[in-house]
Amino acid sequence: MLIIKNLKAEIDGKAILKGISLEVKAGEIHAIMGPNGSGKSTLAAVLAGREFVNVTEGSVTYFGKNLLEMPAEERSKEGIFLGFQYPIEIPGVSMVNFMKTAVNEHRKYKGLEPLSASDFLKLMREKKELVEIDSKLANRSVNEGFSGGEKKKNEIFQMAMLEPKLAILDETDSGLDIDALRIVANGVNKLKRPDTSAIVITHYQRLLDYIIPDVVHVLYDGRIVKTSGRELALEIEEKGYDWIKKEVDKKDLS
Amino acid sequence: MSNQPERSERYYNLYKENIRRISDKSSPYINSFRENAIAEFNKLGIPTKKNESYRYTNLDTFFNHEYKSYFMPTASDFKKAEEFRCDVTDLDAHGLVLLNGFYPTVNDKPRQLPGGIWIGSMTEAAGKFEDQIHKHYNKYINGNSDGLVHLNTAMASDGVFIYIPEGVVLNKPIQIINLVQSDEDIFCQHRSLIVAEKNSNATVIICDHTLSPNKFLTNGVTEIFVGENAHFEIIRVQNEHNNAGKITHTFMHQERNSFASSNNITLHGGLVRNSTHHFLGGEGAECNSYGLYLADKWQHVDNFVNVDHAFPNCTSNQLFKGVLDDMATGAFNGRIYVHRDAQGTVAYQKNNNILLTDDARMDTKPQLEIYADDVKCSHGATVGQLDDDALFYLQSRGINKREARLMLMFGFAHEVIQNIKVEALRDRMDNLVMQRLKGELSRCAFCMVKCG
Repeated sequence: MLIIKNLKAEIDGKAILKGISLEVKAGEIHAIMGPNGSGKSTLAAVLAGREFVNVTEGSVTYFGKNLLEMPAEERSKEGIFLGFQYPIEIPGVSMVNFMKTAVNEHRKYKGLEPLSASDFLKLMREKKELVEIDSKLANRSVNEGFSGGEKKKNEIFQMAMLEPKLAILDETDSGLDIDALRIVANGVNKLKRPDTSAIVITHYQRLLDYIIPDVVHVLYDGRIVKTSGRELALEIEEKGYDWIKKEVDKKDLS
Repeated sequence: MSNQPERSERYYNLYKENIRRISDKSSPYINSFRENAIAEFNKLGIPTKKNESYRYTNLDTFFNHEYKSYFMPTASDFKKAEEFRCDVTDLDAHGLVLLNGFYPTVNDKPRQLPGGIWIGSMTEAAGKFEDQIHKHYNKYINGNSDGLVHLNTAMASDGVFIYIPEGVVLNKPIQIINLVQSDEDIFCQHRSLIVAEKNSNATVIICDHTLSPNKFLTNGVTEIFVGENAHFEIIRVQNEHNNAGKITHTFMHQERNSFASSNNITLHGGLVRNSTHHFLGGEGAECNSYGLYLADKWQHVDNFVNVDHAFPNCTSNQLFKGVLDDMATGAFNGRIYVHRDAQGTVAYQKNNNILLTDDARMDTKPQLEIYADDVKCSHGATVGQLDDDALFYLQSRGINKREARLMLMFGFAHEVIQNIKVEALRDRMDNLVMQRLKGELSRCAFCMVKCG
C-alpha cells in the first residue's frame, strides 16, 4: 500500500527526516514511537502533503503512485487521512457544511452523485454514534470551543465519515483522559477493515493497549532506529527511550 | 488642501441660495436648527485627512464634484422608485421606500400600525408628533465635530420618522429601502429619527441601493432613541455601485437597562463611510456594534465607531470584520470612552481583516479612553492573510484549495452575519456574501444597475 524509501526532508533548511524507509501493507497497523523532536509529526506532515516541509531525497509510493506529487486534497480523496495532533479551530464554518463539502468532493472524485441532504444527515448520525460524539457538536463551527477530548473525537468522526484506506493518527492520544482515549481507540478499531491500514504515531504506549499494532518502529533523530513487534512498545513503556538513544549514539561513535 | 475652504464655501452658498427650498416644508422647530448648523459647518468644513477621524478616508473626489441636483426629486422619479421590489421575497417586513432621501408623500401614505406605531415622512411627522420631535430631534448629535453632521442638520429636508410607543413589540421588522436614482449626478441628504419608547421591541432594516449609474453622494444622519428596558436592533445593508459615495452617521442614545444592536454590512460601494455612535446613557444598558465589509477594485470602506460609557454597569461589544481584495482600502476606528463614574463597565472591541492581495490596505485604530477604575476592557485588531493551517486542514479532508479559501472567507464573514436575528435576511446575506466572495455579482434580482 505505502512504500517509503530513504525519505529525507527539511523545514526551513534544517534536516528533520534523515532517511526513512518503511512499508505498510494492506491490513497492517504500524505504530511509530519516539522521543519528542525525533521527527514523528514531520513524517505525518510529509505524508499528508503539508507544503512547509521540503522533501530533499527519497520517494513515497502509495498504491503504485508517486504520493509526493499529489496535492493534499487529492491524497485525501485517494484514501489518506491525517488525524491532527492539534486540530484547527475554524470559526464560522459549520461542521455540517465542512463535512458535506468534504464527503461530496470524495464522491465526485469517485464519479458518484452528491449525497442528498437527508442521506447526508443520516450518515452523520450513524457516524456520530460510532465515535460517541455529542450531537450538538456537529451544529457548531469546526472545533471552535471544543475541549481537547472533543477535538480528538471529532478527528475520528471525520475519519469515520471519509472512510480512508490509510489513516495516519498523529499523537491522537495526547491530552486525552482514559475515557476519551478508550472512545477514540474504539472508534479506530471499529473502522478498521481487513484491507485498510493505519499508522499510529504516539509518544506513549498507552494507546497501544487499545489499538494493537502489528509493527512498532522507533524514530530517533530523523531515522527509524528500531523495528519490532508489539513487545517493543511494552519495553519502551518499562524502560523509556534512553536505552535506545544510547544504543544509537554508541553506534554512531563507532 | 488648497481647495478645501473653497468647496466648503460652495456648500455654504448652496444653503444660502436655497434656504427657502430647503425649509419650505419642514416644521419651524426643525428649521430653527439650520442657521446654527450651517455656521458650525462653516467653522468645521468638509473633513479632510487632517481630521483625526477621517485620517484614512479621502472625500475629495466626491466633494469636489459638482452635482446637478441637491434637492427634492420630481414626481416622476417617485413613480419609478415605486417599481422597485426587494428581492428578499421571504422577508416579511413593514416596508417603505425613500427616494434620494425623500419620503414619497405624493403616492405613499404614512403607515399607522396597530399599537400606535407610526412610520412615515419626517416632514409630515413634525406636525403630528410635535412633542416627540421637540424631545428628540437633534438631541443626540451634541458636540459632534464632524462638519458633515452639521451640513445635514442645515440642509436635509426629509427622511423617515418611526415611532414605537411604550411597551409595543413589533413582531416583524421595519424595512427602509433607501434608493438613489436619477439621470443626473446628485447629492442627497436625509435625516431620520427613530423613537423606540420604554419596554418596546423593534428591528429596523435599512437597505441602501443605487438604481442608476450616475455619480451619487449621500450624507445621511439617523438619530435613534432607545428607551428604558427597550430592545432595538438596526441592520444596514449597503449595496451601491462603484461611482457612489455613502456617508452615514448613526447616533444611538440608550436609556437604562436597554439593549441595542447595530450591524453595518457593506457588500458594495465606491466610497463608504459609516460612523456609528452609541451613547450608553443609563445604568445597565448594553449595546452590540457589528460590521462586515467586502471591498475590491478601488473601493474604500471606513467604519468609525464611538461607544460612550456614561453610566455604571453598561456593556458594549464591537465586532468588525473585513475582506479586502485588489487595490481596495479600508479603515476602522473604534473608540471606547469610559466616563469617571461608569464603574463596572465591560467593553470589548475586535477588528479582524483579511487582505487578499499585496495592494489591498487596511488601517485599524483602537482608541480607548478610560477614566473609571473598575472596568473590563479589551481590544484586538488583526490584519492578515487566510490562515495556512486552517487552509491545510480543509484540504487534508479532500476540499480543493479554491473551495477551501472560499469556505474560510465565508466563515470569517459569517461570524458577523450570524448576529442577524431575522432569518430570511440572514440567509440572504450569507448568500450574497458567498456570491460576492466568488466574484459573482451580488446585485438584487430586480436591480438594473451592475454594481460590479
